[in-house]
Amino acid sequence: MRQRGWFRGAMLALGLAFLYVPILSMIVFSFNNSRLVTVWDRDNSPTLRWYVRLLENDQLLGAAWISIKVAAMSACGAVILGTLAGVVLTRFGPFRGRAFLSAMTTAPLVMPEIITGIAMLLLFVALEQAIGWPSGRGMSTITIAHITFAMAYVTVIVQSRLAGFDDSLEEAALDLGAKPATVFFRITLPLIAPALVSGWLLAFTLSWDDVVIAQFVSGPGSSTLPMEIFSRVRRGVSPDINALATLMVLVVAVGVVLSTLYMRREEQRRSREERMAHNDGNP
Amino acid sequence: MAERVVDRHNEYLRIEGVSKRFGDFVAVDNVSLSIYKGEIFCLLGGSGCGKTTLLRMLAGFETPSSGRILIDGQDMAGIPPYERPVNMMFQSYALFPHMTVMQNVAFGLEQEGIDKNDIRRRVDDMLGIVKLGDFAKRKPHQLSGGQRQRVALARALVKKPKLLLLDEPLGALDKKLREHTQFELINLQEQLGVTFVVVTHDQEEAMTLASRIGVMNKGQIVQVGTPTDIYEFPNSRFVADFIGSVNMFEGKLIEDEPAHVRIGCPELETTVFVSHGISAPPEAPVTVAIRPEKIEMSRSAPVSGENHVTGVVKEIAYMGDMSIYLVRLSSGRLVRVTIPNVERHDERIVWDETVHLSWHPSSPVVLIQ
Repeated sequence: MRQRGWFRGAMLALGLAFLYVPILSMIVFSFNNSRLVTVWDRDNSPTLRWYVRLLENDQLLGAAWISIKVAAMSACGAVILGTLAGVVLTRFGPFRGRAFLSAMTTAPLVMPEIITGIAMLLLFVALEQAIGWPSGRGMSTITIAHITFAMAYVTVIVQSRLAGFDDSLEEAALDLGAKPATVFFRITLPLIAPALVSGWLLAFTLSWDDVVIAQFVSGPGSSTLPMEIFSRVRRGVSPDINALATLMVLVVAVGVVLSTLYMRREEQRRSREERMAHNDGNP
Repeated sequence: MAERVVDRHNEYLRIEGVSKRFGDFVAVDNVSLSIYKGEIFCLLGGSGCGKTTLLRMLAGFETPSSGRILIDGQDMAGIPPYERPVNMMFQSYALFPHMTVMQNVAFGLEQEGIDKNDIRRRVDDMLGIVKLGDFAKRKPHQLSGGQRQRVALARALVKKPKLLLLDEPLGALDKKLREHTQFELINLQEQLGVTFVVVTHDQEEAMTLASRIGVMNKGQIVQVGTPTDIYEFPNSRFVADFIGSVNMFEGKLIEDEPAHVRIGCPELETTVFVSHGISAPPEAPVTVAIRPEKIEMSRSAPVSGENHVTGVVKEIAYMGDMSIYLVRLSSGRLVRVTIPNVERHDERIVWDETVHLSWHPSSPVVLIQ
């Protein structure tokens, strides 16, 4: 017993260290006064110097703003297309080409990003020559490319949510006189809303940290944040990148903690209500 | 097992030679049925017998491969579920989890484009009828199983359908609640005058609810009749065996008179005298079916020598209100006998006692198929 307790503790420590030491060291160094990233300035640290510098860096902030816009737009587009694909695949029964559509929508999940990037670039160039759109590459081309690969993830999420709930709910709505469109908007959509939210968040994240595809399909003046960071790091890691990364970690951590708390509270409320219903319910 | 009168002049639902095939599998095989206004008709059968598929075709969720369904004289071919004058209560109840009880019940009326105040009034009335007025603001997960069942019922009935389809309406309730709900369901049906078509695999449920039962097997309707017809006069080995328990003995027709028959059963080591005629070719192999509660068991031999065998008690199962005895005849055949426990302290027959079994000549049913 004692031995197993020791082993368990060691595994936990090792796992946590593996996951979080790199992030922790980055956070610590973001408060380092020294210009050299890897040399700890004992005398003047900690300092918020790099955070102040970061706020004055219009180029990085501009890139961050572009990233947010691209991520939000492509998440919306991916959710709309992904939901349509998911609904068609789970609710329209067997139809000609169903297996093909199913395989094709999920293919981008396993496609190397670099191939998606090259393919997208070629398509955009060819389109521009053929119909004059898109003229040049920029935010819109990045957004379209991101929709293409994020949609696959949303489709999978929506599909599994739809498969998880009883399709007699939709049949019941039809039976009560609702036309198929009404059923979709009043029954199906509210029920898969949690999947849409998580699909949106996932698509946002995928777009937010994609650098490979964006590299291919971006144009001048439309560098996303990861591209900007990447190009700066190539010239040597500067401490304000550490500060930026720390802020991003902070935002993510707060989001995760809040959503966990919310979900736990909801679950407790629900099980309490179910218990109550069971106790007072019998006639 | 109240027999209710069926008005046979008022046909409401007519199923004409309906079949449903899924690939090579025939789920429903050439079913024809007439269901009359105001009755509770039960489709009874084991799982996979096609009863649910038949119900789903009535609701419009499946299209018949062949045949016609007419509701109130109107052919239902090509009419989608949302335009049919029928409503369905689902086995899982299919309550919308994101809506309150009131919103669930109002949903169907909203689709008809009725005035808001009218909807409110009708929903309130309906919730009153199913005794859920105090629960209008609750969500489905805040209700017990019995309450959910009543919401599902209210939601279907508020549309004032002429025909209500119920898929295993009591399947998800525990035993105590089932009995209670069965009678509530019958009261409600009589109160509102709706025609019910109920699908169930539970013969007890079918017996108590139904004015008529259609027994299904392998996609076909095997027998249609009142609960008494089905129980007392099954028309086949399948029905006799499926409804209740029964002792069946293979035999051969020895004497065939208009008013009685005599059948030789090797397993019984005697001939069975039946006080009604049957229509079967002479020497045809037949089956004699005797219900366990129609066999008398005693320590002393009965006066009449006919329809009488002896055996040894091998098993006794005490059920409280009655006991089930398994008696082994000298042929090795086990016979099932049920005896009501009328008195508390009588001298009950015990294991390994030799007993006499006898039955009235009107009790056996002779089955040809």
